[in-house]
Amino acid sequence: MSLTDRTAAELLADLNARRVSSAEVTQAFIEQIEQHDGQVKAFLRYDAAAALKRAKEIDQRRAKGLPIGLLGGLPVAVKDLICTQGELTTCASKMLADFKAPYDAAIIEKLHAADAVFLGRTNMDEFAMGGSNENSAFFPTSNPWNLECIPGGSSGGAAACVAARMACLSIGTDTGGSIRQPAGLCGVTGMKPTYGRVSRYGLVAFASSLDQIGPLARTAEDAALLLEAIAGHDARDSTSVTTPVPPYSKTVREPLKGLKLGLVREHFGPGLDGEVEQAVREAFKVYQSLGAQVKELSMPHAKYGVATYYIIAPCEASSNLARYDGVHYGYRTDVAKMNARLADEAKQLQAAGNKAALADLDNSLVRMYRQSRAEGFGPEVKRRIMLGTYALSAGYYDAYYLKALKVRRLIRQDYDDAFKEVDLIAGPVTSTPAFKIGEKSDDPLAMYLVDLYTVSLNLAGLGGIAFPCGFSSGGLPIGLQLQGPALEEERLLRAAHMFQTVTDWHTRKPPL
Amino acid sequence: MGCTFTRNTNMALIRQDVEKVSLLGRLLLNPEELDRLTTQLGGIVAYIEQLAELDEEIKAKQVQPMAHAVEMTNVFRADEVQPSLDRAQALANAPQHDEQFYLVPAVLGE
Amino acid sequence: MSDPYITIIGLEVHVQLLTASKLFCPCSTKFGAPPNTQTCPVCIGMPGTLPVMNRQAFELGLKTAVALNCQIAPFTKWDRKNYYYPDLPKGYQISQYDLPFSHDGYLEISDPKGRFENKRVGIIRAHLEEDAGKSMHDEAHGKADSRIDLNRTGTPLLEIVSQPDMRSPLEAKAYLTELKLLLTYLGVSDCNMQEGSLRVDANVNLHIPQSDGRLAKTPIVEIKNMNSFRAVERALEYEAQRQYDVWQEDHVEIGKRPKQTRGWDDAANMTRGQREKEESSDYRYFPEPDLVPVTTTPAQIEKVRASLGELPAQLRARLEATYWITAYDSDVIVNQGRPFVAYFVELADAVKDGKTAANWVTQDVLRVMNEKNVPIENFPVRAAALSDLIGRVQAGDFNTSRAREVFVEMLAGKSVAEAVAALGIAKVDEIELIAMAGEILAANPKIVADLKAGKAQAAGNLIGQAKKRNPNVNPGRFREICLELAGKM
Repeated sequence: MSLTDRTAAELLADLNARRVSSAEVTQAFIEQIEQHDGQVKAFLRYDAAAALKRAKEIDQRRAKGLPIGLLGGLPVAVKDLICTQGELTTCASKMLADFKAPYDAAIIEKLHAADAVFLGRTNMDEFAMGGSNENSAFFPTSNPWNLECIPGGSSGGAAACVAARMACLSIGTDTGGSIRQPAGLCGVTGMKPTYGRVSRYGLVAFASSLDQIGPLARTAEDAALLLEAIAGHDARDSTSVTTPVPPYSKTVREPLKGLKLGLVREHFGPGLDGEVEQAVREAFKVYQSLGAQVKELSMPHAKYGVATYYIIAPCEASSNLARYDGVHYGYRTDVAKMNARLADEAKQLQAAGNKAALADLDNSLVRMYRQSRAEGFGPEVKRRIMLGTYALSAGYYDAYYLKALKVRRLIRQDYDDAFKEVDLIAGPVTSTPAFKIGEKSDDPLAMYLVDLYTVSLNLAGLGGIAFPCGFSSGGLPIGLQLQGPALEEERLLRAAHMFQTVTDWHTRKPPL
Repeated sequence: MGCTFTRNTNMALIRQDVEKVSLLGRLLLNPEELDRLTTQLGGIVAYIEQLAELDEEIKAKQVQPMAHAVEMTNVFRADEVQPSLDRAQALANAPQHDEQFYLVPAVLGE
Repeated sequence: MSDPYITIIGLEVHVQLLTASKLFCPCSTKFGAPPNTQTCPVCIGMPGTLPVMNRQAFELGLKTAVALNCQIAPFTKWDRKNYYYPDLPKGYQISQYDLPFSHDGYLEISDPKGRFENKRVGIIRAHLEEDAGKSMHDEAHGKADSRIDLNRTGTPLLEIVSQPDMRSPLEAKAYLTELKLLLTYLGVSDCNMQEGSLRVDANVNLHIPQSDGRLAKTPIVEIKNMNSFRAVERALEYEAQRQYDVWQEDHVEIGKRPKQTRGWDDAANMTRGQREKEESSDYRYFPEPDLVPVTTTPAQIEKVRASLGELPAQLRARLEATYWITAYDSDVIVNQGRPFVAYFVELADAVKDGKTAANWVTQDVLRVMNEKNVPIENFPVRAAALSDLIGRVQAGDFNTSRAREVFVEMLAGKSVAEAVAALGIAKVDEIELIAMAGEILAANPKIVADLKAGKAQAAGNLIGQAKKRNPNVNPGRFREICLELAGKM
């Protein structure tokens, strides 16, 4: 078995036992990238030399018997919206194509302290806005199971690189399902921790009250390891929780006795693909065979999740992205050309005698903002900025944003009620397996509805995990999602691991 | 007066509104984009309107808005000075600067 | 005849709080640093950064609000005010919108010269927010670019909004003066308008009594860009008259015209209209997701109240009552700050004469402090030494104008004794007086005879002679000695 087919846990054991070096492991993944990423396009960039240098440095320390961090020289791929000092952090946008952060994100510091080797930066939907990775300003990523299909998004690259065995561990972010959905579509394990479990300091913000950083890997055991390395309180993030981090990597293998799983009535509706439904119902049976009880329950506000999310997220995003104005960093339009064009416009209006329009014409500064942003942002980002700006504007705040915040509380209440009866909720991650690249590009609303099963968890601020539970007749992965109460990552990981001890969906390899 | 929108009773977004929003959001849209966005945003807003179905329940239960996912309060830091970025670092990503200041097209008459 | 109009004034004051670091990041707030040397990823608003609240800023704000008799909100939250400007790098300002941490307080103002009745100016609210940076436009040199300095971005500001309770530019100035005094006494801000740590915007309109008894109200105008309290006074005077002139021409009332913003042009002595685009006032406020709310308990509020110390208004009252000084004098003394008050109190206690002590500190001491730009802490004449000097005057060693000469010598570093000696005004002592009396009496047998005969006024001549010998002779004591000695001769 080649090194890249081994799980992170297996590689770590090998590394700790000195059966293999970090340099060898890193080299193996680099070769995999060189071989397959031309097709998959999961990575925006990677620096083999730097990765190997770091791997060797860790090997040397290990050889000297010096203490080694939790990740012990394992390579980790990172979604390109987490600031790393001196490195490009583009968020897959023209707006930040040349941006080099002057500081490290909290999780980058943690990964460094844990002796991770930084393998490369993965592709994503621009500014994390999207569910297909088609909104990257650079190029789309392909699903390793079918290169004509989307890998999901916005952490499409992070999921695809793990599925294609170009990395054993990757870091993604999840605002409305952006880890869980691509994990489901790519047949890997991806987790969104409870809000506040992982520091957001250094995570380029999309929707501040919804964003979370999380691990992707091929197994729950591996995800547990990575989560343990990045979780924890950070004084630089006011929303970071102070609860101590449990030893996820140690407890993940302990099965859960008497697990009560919730099956949500509202999850099974006409929009759910037949094969997905079947695979999910089979998964419930697997859990029953492991001694779990299944209880049917209702979450009456589930259907309002997408509408609620598509008010709150764009509103927060419209404000978070206001800083991209071409003034202090990021893309600025060609001002000379811009001024020439403005002068032309003024002349035309003058000639037409249109005094009102002339008076209202943008001054240079305003035009610089408008043009820089129009040129720097892609269509989906612009659409969400417009939606959010509209929903927050005078006269609309109560009807949209404020109302959405109230529905959010109702959605959270549904979860709180559910968790009085069950330990975890299980269900689909997506309505269908991966669709073809380009299939939904013209219909933004259809694209938003892809998030149906994932957005409510972000709104509620709770934790969830997705992992494979079957394949479609077309050979595309089908994912199962588990959702849990606040700060019950351990329970989620153990339940996922339980499933993976008696099934082998997660071990399948894409035909690359 | 401020920039207020008169709420259309039929909730359809009009092109004029979209133009105003584009200025508010500092985006320059060409006529094609304006048209497309007017349609697309109109569709999305119409979808979002379904939240009105919950108006009664919200009123009956006196539901409070949930702005934060965590129910925390009183997170502070001590009033201690740490070193700032040195100027070159701070300006390194600036599109235009003169080693001391960020430069932008002049805003005159303010 | 009553005034043709009543001026209605409200003031919005922004003060920078005296914290070492900024509101949301640990950059220094020191004034005067080279441009863009006091910034970090957080206050530059770089991608991925987050704010964390400065505890001291909140406590200083709380202290101020309690001193201003405000209601303190048990639960307060933060909001984003969204707008675009190059000195606002995030594209929003973190401020407080609908749940400010304090509201409904007041500040009492009075005029020691009695030009208006004592009154309470209501305070609508006081809230915390972050400052923006500075943008500089170099129109004079025809420069095409504006320069942005972000050092100031993120400095903690307390915004204090008054009710429109002031009725004259004088009242407005008194409010500002008293507010500044209070804030400097509390140690929450240095309120330096030159350095921008205190900024004022005014809202003003007129109420014009009509012949039918109704009050016509003019549209409200906001005035900006006033750089001193005197400028505020002058701007309000100008604006009131301008509004009246406009009223007489167009009779447009409040509600029929939107609120206007005008800038004060100090050189031209006038306000000018500023063209403001409609959309700039849609701030799209919403709760700041990156900051959590703050709760304050009644116990905490009480603790703050107990720690305020004596505030200017109370201090003035106490000085007037205890030392029998005028409102005018107590105003001058308290305006100088706690160390100056302490100096006065020490002096007044020592000489047991409040009025005299007040005269000395408000005239002589203060004049020298201003001339030489020396604060009371470094004043060369300590209160004890000055009390010594005044004691001599009280004892009759010399008069007040002579004492002023001694004072000048003391300023140069001499003690009272050294100064007296240097001036040659040393009191002539008893032994010398007796000797002198003896000699002069011996030389004036006729006067001795007059004295013995009961003509006490004859001593006047002897005093004159004595003073010729030594001008420092105490006339009263010399007379007594002459009479005594003459009686024995």
